[in-house]
Amino acid sequence: MPLDAAADTLMRIEGLSKTFRTARGEVHAVRDVSFDIPRGSVVGLVGESGSGKTTLGRCLLRLIEPTGGTIDFDGVDVTSLGHKALKDLRKRVQIIFQDPVSSLNPRMKVRDIVGEALKAHGIGRSRRERREITVGLLEEVGLAAEHIERYPHEFSGGQRQRIGIARALAVEPDFIVADECVSALDVSVQAQILNLLDDLRKKRSFTMLFIAHDLSVVEYICDRVVVLYLGRVMEAGVAADLYADPCHPYSRALLSAAPVADPDHGREREVLRGDIPSPMAPPSGCVFRTRCRYAEPRCAESVPAPQIAGAHHQQSVACHRLGEI
Amino acid sequence: MAASVSAAMQVSLWQVLIQRRSVLIGLIILAIIALAAIFAPLIAPYEPNAMSIRDRLTPPGGQFLLGSDEFGRDVFSRAIYAGRVSLSVGLGTAVLASLFGVLLGLLGGFFRRLDGPISRLIDAMMAFPDILLAIALVAALGGSLFNVILALSIVYAPRIARVVRASTLVIRELPYVEAAKALGVSTPNILVHHILRNIVSQLIVQATFIFAYAMLAEAGLSFLGVGVDPSTPTWGTMINAGRAFVGTADWLILVPGAAIVLCVLSLQIAGDGLRDALDPRLAKEV
Repeated sequence: MPLDAAADTLMRIEGLSKTFRTARGEVHAVRDVSFDIPRGSVVGLVGESGSGKTTLGRCLLRLIEPTGGTIDFDGVDVTSLGHKALKDLRKRVQIIFQDPVSSLNPRMKVRDIVGEALKAHGIGRSRRERREITVGLLEEVGLAAEHIERYPHEFSGGQRQRIGIARALAVEPDFIVADECVSALDVSVQAQILNLLDDLRKKRSFTMLFIAHDLSVVEYICDRVVVLYLGRVMEAGVAADLYADPCHPYSRALLSAAPVADPDHGREREVLRGDIPSPMAPPSGCVFRTRCRYAEPRCAESVPAPQIAGAHHQQSVACHRLGEI
Repeated sequence: MAASVSAAMQVSLWQVLIQRRSVLIGLIILAIIALAAIFAPLIAPYEPNAMSIRDRLTPPGGQFLLGSDEFGRDVFSRAIYAGRVSLSVGLGTAVLASLFGVLLGLLGGFFRRLDGPISRLIDAMMAFPDILLAIALVAALGGSLFNVILALSIVYAPRIARVVRASTLVIRELPYVEAAKALGVSTPNILVHHILRNIVSQLIVQATFIFAYAMLAEAGLSFLGVGVDPSTPTWGTMINAGRAFVGTADWLILVPGAAIVLCVLSLQIAGDGLRDALDPRLAKEV
């Protein structure tokens, strides 16, 4: 597929699945997901709550053990790493969390929160050196050296998220999973954090998987977009193309729900009815068919295979009725 | 949210405790009893075991501040020395039971595989009535001060373990623990720095209550004759010995009884205050 032909792929996810066993049955959080993350790019992962975005992000760091598929990170299969190799991976792959409150230990000072990362990987030979590195990181994310002796509760939401970013950057990772890292913040603060991430990325040139449900945020920061629904990829492609011409009915519905900052902008809204079905009993065939206005009997029969689509042939769309609708 | 609020509370914990008058009184009574026990040789007017047959069963007031017993021993001096045993047992049990309980609770709460066996062990131990289990253990181990502490620690460790396990189950799933894992922090470090550190306040509250329970249980064991070496005065043995003279020399029971009540009550009040001060929802009412 031309989509996979990106010259330099940092992470290639193939057939990734995660099934949780619960007392009431199996939950298929992520099912047969495949996509590539080119080196140096920002890939947006979008979808409603319950679509499996967070589970997928956690699988990439092995914070959750995937039940199937492979994750090729720079030539290494993440899913089969042993204890020692996993620790090395954790120096290269980091995560920024959604909730700036619960992602920082309330009993630890900023110095220890950031310093712990340095200590775990033996960065900085002495306490003093680690302190200097920590101060440097804090200044890089827009905090001051004096903040080092403070506890998380003394900071605002935006500042806490900056601490979380400094912690992730401490090990100088090549790849960062940003899990809805601005959705808990005020809009004005969101913009600051997004700009900060953008600046840091230019300076440090890391690759990022940006998980979000807010499409306007994704459009602003991402090069490529992957649309997830009920654990499956509906559509993936270059962000500009996908935004200009969404091919999958689900992407269209999602995009038409996003507000546009133009009062004269009129467009047909495709309203999604109902809730996302339970991942314990996903619909047969195309998982989106129960909410799709174009659904036909054959949509219930088989899972649609991804096909190349879009004006620039830069989108991969999993829909039986592609081209008809 | 609650976790961060409790961190904010920690700063003013001492102030909150002092502001509550009942807590302050509890702490003062406790301090007086503890100081009296520590400096017993300086305070006690008589040797605790010095007998004087001529002066037996003297009522309080005269020569003996709180009267004398059937061997003419000074009740006040004996009560002060007995406090040493009670407080040692209370403190020792609180510390040792916390140690056992934290170990069991952390392991059971953090490692899913250990949770089943550890939880069943805790349930099984809690199914025994406290005092019966303590009697059985002391009978098996022998009646020394350390063995009483050890036996009571085994009896009370499950209470600590249960609280620690429950909190560990919650904290284990919080993003900051996930963040630590993602950073490659070792499991022992996660257990100590991220989980235990956030349970300490609850642990202190539980330990305070166990301090009180253990003192009470020690008195019970001594009363029943399975406590520490009978030659050492304890509040329990004093009450047991005084039992024969209830009608004629009630101070023999009242003095050690009052000591137990005061100690346990002030500990419970302090523990209650501590719990309220550490609970952000209750702290607002201060």
